[in-house]
Amino acid sequence: MTHLLEIRNARRTFITPEGGHLAALDGINLDVGANEFVTLLGPSGCGKTTLLRAISGFETLDSGTMTLGGADLTALPPFRRPVNTVFQSYALFGHMTVARNVGYALEVAGVGKASREAQVAEALEKVGLAGMGARRPSQLSGGQRQRVALARSIIAKPRLLLLDEPLSALDRNLRQQMQLELKTLQHALGIAFIFVTHDQEEALTMSDRIVVMRSGHIEQIGTPREIYRHPKNRFVAEFIGETNLFPVTIDRVDGETALARTAEGVEMHLPSAGRKPGEQVTAILRPADFNLGPTGIPGTVTRAVYLGSDLYLFVQPQAGGPEIRVISRDGAGFDEGAAVHLAHDPARVHVLEAA
Amino acid sequence: MAMRRQSVVLGMLLTPVTLFLGVFFLLPLCIIAVFSFLSPGLYGGVEWSFYHWNYGRIFGWADGIIEIYEPIYLQILFRSLSFAALTVGLTLILCYPVAFWVSRLSERWRLVFMFLITLPFFSSLIVRLYAWLLILKPSGLLNTVLLSIGAISEPLEILYTPTAVVLGMVYVMVPFMFLPLYSAVDNLDRAQIEASLDLGANRLQTFLKVVLPQTLPGIMGGAVIVFIPSVGNFVVPDVLGGAKGLMIGNLVEQQFLSSRNWPFGSALSMIIMAVVLTVLLISASRARKAGGHA
Ligand SMILES: Nc1ncnc2c1ncn2[C@@H]1O[C@H](COP(=O)(O)OP(=O)(O)O)[C@@H](O)[C@H]1O
Ligand SMILES: [Mg+2]
Repeated sequence: MTHLLEIRNARRTFITPEGGHLAALDGINLDVGANEFVTLLGPSGCGKTTLLRAISGFETLDSGTMTLGGADLTALPPFRRPVNTVFQSYALFGHMTVARNVGYALEVAGVGKASREAQVAEALEKVGLAGMGARRPSQLSGGQRQRVALARSIIAKPRLLLLDEPLSALDRNLRQQMQLELKTLQHALGIAFIFVTHDQEEALTMSDRIVVMRSGHIEQIGTPREIYRHPKNRFVAEFIGETNLFPVTIDRVDGETALARTAEGVEMHLPSAGRKPGEQVTAILRPADFNLGPTGIPGTVTRAVYLGSDLYLFVQPQAGGPEIRVISRDGAGFDEGAAVHLAHDPARVHVLEAA
Repeated sequence: MAMRRQSVVLGMLLTPVTLFLGVFFLLPLCIIAVFSFLSPGLYGGVEWSFYHWNYGRIFGWADGIIEIYEPIYLQILFRSLSFAALTVGLTLILCYPVAFWVSRLSERWRLVFMFLITLPFFSSLIVRLYAWLLILKPSGLLNTVLLSIGAISEPLEILYTPTAVVLGMVYVMVPFMFLPLYSAVDNLDRAQIEASLDLGANRLQTFLKVVLPQTLPGIMGGAVIVFIPSVGNFVVPDVLGGAKGLMIGNLVEQQFLSSRNWPFGSALSMIIMAVVLTVLLISASRARKAGGHA
């Protein structure tokens, strides 16, 4: 299968003000399908913006190749690339009306006025801003500006839309609403989106695939489920969602399950496939994977936080070691100081080979 | 209620400013306006009798003689306006690209450049203009260099020509054009330039549709700041201009200092002021229209 966008071994090094070298892109390989929603996720400074800017043409690569629909991208200036961007700051033209902002790509391409106006009206309609064309960007709310930026970037029907943390300036409710709308819009347009965020929740809800980045390289690429359930390493596990990490030594293998212990003596059950006694691995369990019951790891609740329907507990294992984070769905009656047992289904445990 | 108190407080705060402007600006202006309708005194000063042909003389009819029409003062006024316009145009062409270049320099070099551009303010204008005289005169630096490299075979006659005057004015006015331009260029939103390129506009389209409109306030500001003192300038033509470089400011100077015709000088001043005000009003209304609600 050929992809819309193929990036091979992309490298970009910056000279820091102190004179050092900083590999903002350190050998990036990435394929994006023709109508895929791909999210770049990683901590601030990991190179997400640099990668987007390399695709849109505002940053050059030191080495590596980049093709779009099989054609080389690297030699094209930004204005010749069939790629558009929704900028983090929106970058709306303050001296133009909303309609002229939205129609800008058509205006510079020489599209006639009548056709332009029709397409602008349609694009504004699509983002829920019908009839706002005569306003200035300064007369709009943050959410509305965001929609103008979106309408402006899709009007020329790019094959790939780049979005650099477009929702980060919006409040929580609006952000969740926009997440859904963006997803719907992407389906309707049938084009590829590369969406940048440092918010893992956002990445999990919106993406077909997530690219987890860290200091210039890709740690893991996968569907939200793969990334969440089967993180490749500690970094990914810790970055995506709440995680409990247990460095354990395999004690014995018993059919389908293996028994393992932490240095402090907390006992865990893992899938036995590939495990050998004496082996040191890291067991990963999400907070929702524990059941509070009569058996399991004994511990004491040190803190209980209500999150609406869920109860979020911090449990100190009796044996010692770091606190375990647990989400209890039934929610009833676990106050601070309560003695509990944390049971878990061995099949839910994800094992990292390295301890 | 609160509004009224606020405006009273505001009024009190503004009193010193009002007084200052009244004493040092409005009062002299009124004096000039009144003088322009009086007759000249024998040894300078004014005779307190009404006389309106000061203006007639500017427009070409000297001392009420309708038969003879000689608009020499109007010609000088137009020359001054065109010199000033030329100065605005040349300083703009010179400073606009430099402003972009400077805004891209590192912090340190930017400071060095800003210091250099304000350096002339620390020395006397007259001294600096005499330096130009030494450069431009037939046996001066420019001609010596050009002759010695064989670019010309005879010394260029630049000194005491309109060219020298415009050159001198451009030199004097460059900092006044540069500073507002630089501030506009420095405030440009780079993201908007990238957005324009991203949306398929080439560099020229981006310049015309985004960069130019956004720096227009700076251009207008610089143009006004350069135009106004240029129209009435008399120091530069005094030092570098000959008879053909005479400007309206020189006329005013002459009327007060050598010809001792204060009323005529006052009338000339009023005309300059009227022209300058017109230009200001036009550019202000243009700016309001262009700026819109931004
Ligand atoms: N023009 C530049 N000059 C020097 N360093 C830069 C430049 N642009 C980005 N960097 C550095 O490259 C790294 C990656 O930056 P960026 O791609 O913006 O990260 P992110 O978008 O993931 O937060 C950061 O350490 C940043 O400081
Ligand atoms: Mg970024």
